[in-house]
Order: sequence, then structure tokens, then C-alpha cells
Amino acid sequence: MTATLALRALARNKMRSSLTTLGVVIGVAAVVMMQALGAGATARVTGEIAGLGSNMLIVLPGGAGHGAFGSNTRGAPLFTLADVDAITREVGAVRHVAGVSSRSIRAVVAENNRSTTLSGVTTGFFAVRGWSVERGRLLTEDDDRQSQKNCVIGHTVADDLFGGQDPIGAELRLHDLGCRVVGLLETKGVSTFGQDQDDFVAMPHTTYARRIGGDDHVGTLMVSAVSEERTDEAKAAIESLMRQRRRIRADEDDDFTVRDLREIQNILSSVTGVLTTLLASVAAISLVVGGIGIMNIMLVSVTERTREIGVRLAIGARSSDILSQFLVEAIVLSAAGGLVGAALGAVGALVLSRVLATPFVFPLEAAALALTVSVAVGVVFGVFPARKAARLRPIEALRYE
Amino acid sequence: MPTRGSIPLLSLRGVSKHFGDGDAAFVALDHVDLDIDSGEFVGILGASGSGKSTCMNILGCLDMPTEGAYCVEGTPVQQLHPDVLARLRNERFGFVFQGFNLLRRTSALENVELPLVYAGVGRRERERRSREALALVGLAGREAALSNELSGGQQQRVAIARALVNQPQVVLADEPTGNLDSRTGRDIMELLMRLRRELDLTIVMVTHDRDIAGYAERHVVFSDGKIVDDRLLRGVAA
Repeated sequence: MTATLALRALARNKMRSSLTTLGVVIGVAAVVMMQALGAGATARVTGEIAGLGSNMLIVLPGGAGHGAFGSNTRGAPLFTLADVDAITREVGAVRHVAGVSSRSIRAVVAENNRSTTLSGVTTGFFAVRGWSVERGRLLTEDDDRQSQKNCVIGHTVADDLFGGQDPIGAELRLHDLGCRVVGLLETKGVSTFGQDQDDFVAMPHTTYARRIGGDDHVGTLMVSAVSEERTDEAKAAIESLMRQRRRIRADEDDDFTVRDLREIQNILSSVTGVLTTLLASVAAISLVVGGIGIMNIMLVSVTERTREIGVRLAIGARSSDILSQFLVEAIVLSAAGGLVGAALGAVGALVLSRVLATPFVFPLEAAALALTVSVAVGVVFGVFPARKAARLRPIEALRYE
Repeated sequence: MPTRGSIPLLSLRGVSKHFGDGDAAFVALDHVDLDIDSGEFVGILGASGSGKSTCMNILGCLDMPTEGAYCVEGTPVQQLHPDVLARLRNERFGFVFQGFNLLRRTSALENVELPLVYAGVGRRERERRSREALALVGLAGREAALSNELSGGQQQRVAIARALVNQPQVVLADEPTGNLDSRTGRDIMELLMRLRRELDLTIVMVTHDRDIAGYAERHVVFSDGKIVDDRLLRGVAA
């Protein structure tokens, strides 16, 4: 009954009613959009890491750090090619092992030059990453054994340095070392970490050690387990092998870290989770601001309709009738704002997910929560004006000019 | 109909009303005694500031006396809970205002329905009785007209239909013709006279217009918060 009265009162002032809801519309739209984008980003990260292979392990020097990615490398001995061989030989659950050492370097072709990442890799590298060439060939055992000055390059490097020309067989200068390009890698795109994976040059690790790095050390080890199920087994076996090889006593901590991608996936999810929460709380504040907007207009409305309230009281409305009418008006406004906002937020997230090339995930929970909160906002910010209306004395309300 | 014996329908005993306090206090009503019986048509007259409107507001349970007692059918109203007063206004009294006081941009039918909404009457019944009330004031067929599309006289007719729709015993009219031209004002008065006969209403009307006051059967004249004249008239117009 009071609902009908409230709806009629709102319908009488369509323009103002819709403007009043604007704050809540924007607030809910922002919450829903942020949650949708966050969910999309998480889905993308998860998908990409799954694409890397959930059976991949990375061995880094240094014990487990405190930060998400940090490992304490200070003082920890680096790996050697002997470690690569040992893991290959002794850990049964492992399929491929690669040693990788990287640094940033300036690559020059004629008058073109570009700063890029150069990695010295053992031959298992391409198998671990599952990378293959678009043209030419990958680095082989022979390249490695003979320390051939051959390299494979990614698309970004090829496009930048060679323009449209075929890079296969051409010479690339890295520092003062001339290298022959033997393969062009398939396009990999931008990684989750925002790194261009095609901005990359790989040469045999022996060549890298002799000509670039200056010693035989290996920066990181990349390992692929036989299967996803045996990843944990492989990880444990590598840990015990490395402890033994590095002569770590039982009471000492590891001076190396084995990470699996699920771990990294969890870390990334928690990072995107934190970001999403932060953005959503900013959005939630705008929801509260929207609620205050509703309270403002309801207060104005109570003042403006004082005579109407007087008439209602004179013809038999109880103060509870007046209270519930104004409360219902506020709730209807905020709930309608919430619905429209959720719809707008979903559409906005859909559009943005296209632009950012992330998957579109509709955050059903966030939308439901935002709706609930907007109704609660209506109640909280509607109570004050409604009480003000309900406390009017009939004769004073009727006399109000 | 139950016999009420000697108890008047509305009864003011030693009623005073003060506004403000201390030196700024203003005495709007000063120990007023007034009895109104069922079926009377009372005109309350007086200059502005004489206390006639204050008296009317107290009669309609919109305001409470500072001193004295007001009884409706022998029941003192001062002690009643505000919700009970609201029901009393809803069931016993119909209000007609000088400024009509219809809801803006709202159909005649919805305006008339309003007291029934607060009385908790179901939708179908509400609509049936509201249509009847509108027909009674000569506005059959104008149910859907919005309040701002109606002339002043028509708006006052809607207001009268609204006052009557819950079948009250008493109609309280505060300068009902004050915002109307004299011809429309007379039409409204004729309507009230007819409805009074047909529905057996008690009418209390505040006015300062001598012509309009001529429709009443009894004149109560206020001056400075006191009743200075109270007489029955014979040979009523209409």
C-alpha cells in the first residue's frame, strides 16, 4: 500500500527521481565494472600460465625470499652446466631440463640497433618452453658443443632490425660478437608480466659463456616434469638433489628456490585480487556518495512536500505511513539505481574487456553484493529524511508555505 | 442509530490555546466553550487573528488545546495516541481547505482514493467508492483528469469528494470558497447544502464572507480568542 504511494510520488517527478539515482548508478556501475575487469584479468593470467605448461618448474639461486617474487640471491652460489646434466640424469620425473643465462644487450644490424634480451640457452630450452621456429631451425646440440656463433631471434627483433627482409642467414652483431641468425621464432605475444616475449635473442649457452658472460655459470634452470601430476614429485627430487650437490646440511635452509607455475599463478592471482579489492573499495566510496545524494534530495523533497504531508496527515495517515512512504521512495530510488548501475557496469566491462583483450567474466557475486549494498544505502540514507517527514505535526505541515 | 442522550457530538470546555511563551506569548483562544450537535451547520466567523482557524484546527484534531478539554462524542481526545487520532480524522472528519490541497499531477480518482488507502480499504472497493464520491459531486467521467487540468471549482469538488469518500460524520471546511469567484463559490455551497441533506452531515465552516456565512444555520462569532456571539438563524438560504 505505501509502496504504491511511494511509486506514484516518484513517477510524479521522473526527472528528479532519475537524477537522484545517478550517484548510485555510477557507484554500482563502477563496482561491477572493476570486479568484472579484475575477474577478467585473473582469468587471463590463469589461462596464460596454464598455457605455459602447468608442469614447468623454475630453479633460481638463493633461498625463498619474503616478497612474492623475491629470492635472496646474495651470497648464494650460481648453478653450473653440471647441475643441468645432474638433473637430467638423476631425476626420473623430469622430461626436459634447460639452463638459461640472460642479460640485456644492444643488437645491431647495419645502422639499425635495438636493446633486447639475450639468453644463452642449453638445447633443452625450446622443448621446456614448447617454442618452435616459424622459419629456419632451432639451436642444436652441435651448435652447443661447438660453441657456434648462431642465434635464433624473436619477431620483434626481426621486424625492428631487418625491416621486411628475411633475417635467416643474416648477421647480427651483439656487442662485438657477430652472430648468424638461423631461426625466427614463432610469435609469442606479450606475457602476463607485461614483457614482450618476441623481444628476444637466444644463442648456445657455451657461446654465451665464452663470449658474453665470461664464465660457465647458469642463471636459472628451467625444468618440465613428465606430467602435471608428477610436478610435485619432480620438485621434491630436484630439491633433495640440489641440497646434496650444494652440500647443504640438514639444519640449514636452501640457498636455491624451486618454483612451480601454480605458485606463480597463486601469487599473481593474489596481486590482481588485491588490486581488484582496492579499486572496488574506491568504487564503494562512490556508492556511499551516491547514497548521500539520495539523502539530500529526499530532504529537499520532504521540505518541498511539507503541505502534502500535512494533507496526508489530516486525512488519516499515521506518522508510520509517512515514514514508510519516504523510506520506500528512497529504497526504490537506490535499488533502481543499483539495477541500472549493474547493467551499465556489465556493458562497460564488456566494452573494456574487448579493448584490453581480456576475457569478459560477469561478476555475478559482485553485482548481487552491489545491489544489496545499494538497497542498504537506500535504507540508511532514507531513514533520516523519512523520520523528519514522519515527525511533522499535522497543523504545522498544513500551514507551511 | 444509537441514542446519544445529551452528549453533544463535539464539545469544547474551557479551551485555551497559547502560541509561544513568556512576553511573546499569544493567546489565540481564551477559555472557549462550544457544543456542536449532530446535524448542525455551524458558521464560524470573525476577523483574521480572532481565533476561528485555531478553533477549527482543534475541532479537527489537527492541533491540541493548551488548556481545557475537547471531547468527540464524550471522549476526551488529548490523551489519545497519535495513531488513534489519525484514525479519528480518517473516519469521523472530512477536511475541505481553502487551497484545495490536492496532490499535484495526480488524477482526481487517486486523490479521492487517498483516505481509503490510509483506512486500509482494498483496491477494488477503493475505486468503486471513489467513483461514487466523484459522481456525487458532479464529476462523473472526470476520474482520470489530473489535478492541474481541473478548474478551481472542479478541484474543490474533488477535495469535497475526498472529504466524503470515507463517510465521515463531520465536514470541516476552512474558507472553502476563499480561492473561488463568487459564482463558483455559490455553486460549491449549493453542493455542500445538497450533500448535507442527502448524507445527513454535520458541517463546521470557517469564513469571513457574510454571503457565504448566510448558508449556515448557526453563527459563532470570534473576537480576540473569545466567542462574542452565538446564535441560531432562521429562514436559511437554499
